[in-house]
Amino acid sequence: MHASFGPRLVRRATTPIVYLALLVAWELSVRLFKIPAWILPAPSDIGEAALKWAPELALNSLVTLRETLVGFVLAIALSLPLAIFIALNPTARRLLYPILLGLQSVPKVAVAPLIILWLGLAEWPKIVIVILVCFFPILVNMIAGLEAAPKTMLDLMRSLGASQHMVFRRLRIPVALPHFFTGCKVAVTFAVIGAVISEFVAAQDGLGYLILISTSQSQTSLAFAAIALLTLLSIVLFRGIELLERRVVNWTP
Amino acid sequence: MTPAAGSRTGAPSPAAAVPAIDLRGVAKHYPGSVGKAVHALGPLDLQITSGSFVAVVGPSGCGKSTLLRLVAGLEMPDDGTMSRYGTPLDAPSHEVGIVFQEHVLFPWNTVLENVLLPADVLALPKAAARERALRLLEMTGLAAFADHRPQMLSGGMRQRAALCRALLADPRLLLLDEPFGALDALTREELSLELSSLWQDLGRTALLITHDIEEAILLSDRVLVMSPRPGRIRADIAVDLPRPRNADTPRLPRFQELKQVVRDIIFDRPRT
Repeated sequence: MHASFGPRLVRRATTPIVYLALLVAWELSVRLFKIPAWILPAPSDIGEAALKWAPELALNSLVTLRETLVGFVLAIALSLPLAIFIALNPTARRLLYPILLGLQSVPKVAVAPLIILWLGLAEWPKIVIVILVCFFPILVNMIAGLEAAPKTMLDLMRSLGASQHMVFRRLRIPVALPHFFTGCKVAVTFAVIGAVISEFVAAQDGLGYLILISTSQSQTSLAFAAIALLTLLSIVLFRGIELLERRVVNWTP
Repeated sequence: MTPAAGSRTGAPSPAAAVPAIDLRGVAKHYPGSVGKAVHALGPLDLQITSGSFVAVVGPSGCGKSTLLRLVAGLEMPDDGTMSRYGTPLDAPSHEVGIVFQEHVLFPWNTVLENVLLPADVLALPKAAARERALRLLEMTGLAAFADHRPQMLSGGMRQRAALCRALLADPRLLLLDEPFGALDALTREELSLELSSLWQDLGRTALLITHDIEEAILLSDRVLVMSPRPGRIRADIAVDLPRPRNADTPRLPRFQELKQVVRDIIFDRPRT
């Protein structure tokens, strides 16, 4: 037991050590080659800026988090019924699926200025952009999930004379759940991107806005701090969904 | 409607006058390549007496699973007529319990929830169904595993749970589609004998599809031998072995004799 403890510890410590070494290398090369802080700030500068601007960073993070979460939840609320409708109804599928796939192919960044143009500068046009970017991954995965029930299980339900409703409740929905969570994990990362894009296009607050003004004022270390926070936000949301998935989908090994 | 409990020997009795299953001239085709239909099954006639245990053996691809799906109402024949207890057979019925080759248990439900599935679908009274489910699990030695997920169970235990589920709604007809096909030889024999005694206790009609000749003889009152492409019933052999059957049954000379008869028909060897 003791023999396997050592190598395992080394294996687990490898990744953090390498990352730490990279940070140190970054810090050292910035100082050694005297790279101007407005081009590439050292990690220590970024930390300093983060502390100095902590209240602004926190406030703007909350704005972005709010847009992301509201948009994400609304996207789920919209895509789930639509997925069920499309999965249940072959005609709806034939009619709607090509349109939906076509819409998915439109680059959402390109549409963002239009949304702002139509809906103004309030918070909810930004939420609409978030909905647009995370709607499709959830919808497409959910439809695939609802159609993923194995034939043997469908035969079993049919042999019992189960109604559509019963087949959904006992079979199709549980089968679809892992697919749904896959869609959510993709969507939530997209949602953060969507929020930042909308803040780039038109906003007075949010981390995207903060990045935009800090780079325009050569406050590059603040921009880096905001980017690090965005990354953290994305990772935390992804992990949160993963945790929820493990609690809900507790039958897969 | 005739009373559910028929005679166990398969001999005609007033209660069993209407056969559990009556197929006449039934045939099934499947769309093949180049638009030509593949003649998969029949035309065949089949009557199953209420309360009897009938086994169908044949090589793979002889259409025996198709036969079961027809009797289950999961598929419709292209020709012929089918009736179940005297009424036209055109849809699945809650009077039929099926055990599939794979256990088909839901991994997101516990064993008990899986066994209770028919009660949920058929909206049976909850308390009574639960009581019956627990009794069935008790009979099959699964009582201690009621709250486990099926993936925690061995292959044999899963198939036992599937059997409990098939029996939950007290079906008059039990359809078994190679139920032990995916199990190892030891578990197979053990489960076959368990099924035999369970069936005798419950007094239900059963149709077993299998490619295992010994299993067919051990369990049934009648063995039907099918030939492939198109699947037809080639022989109908009465199994006159005493009941209850047990682990010693296969050692009886008559058992060996029957086995040889069935083998000779399947492999098309002339009788000597």
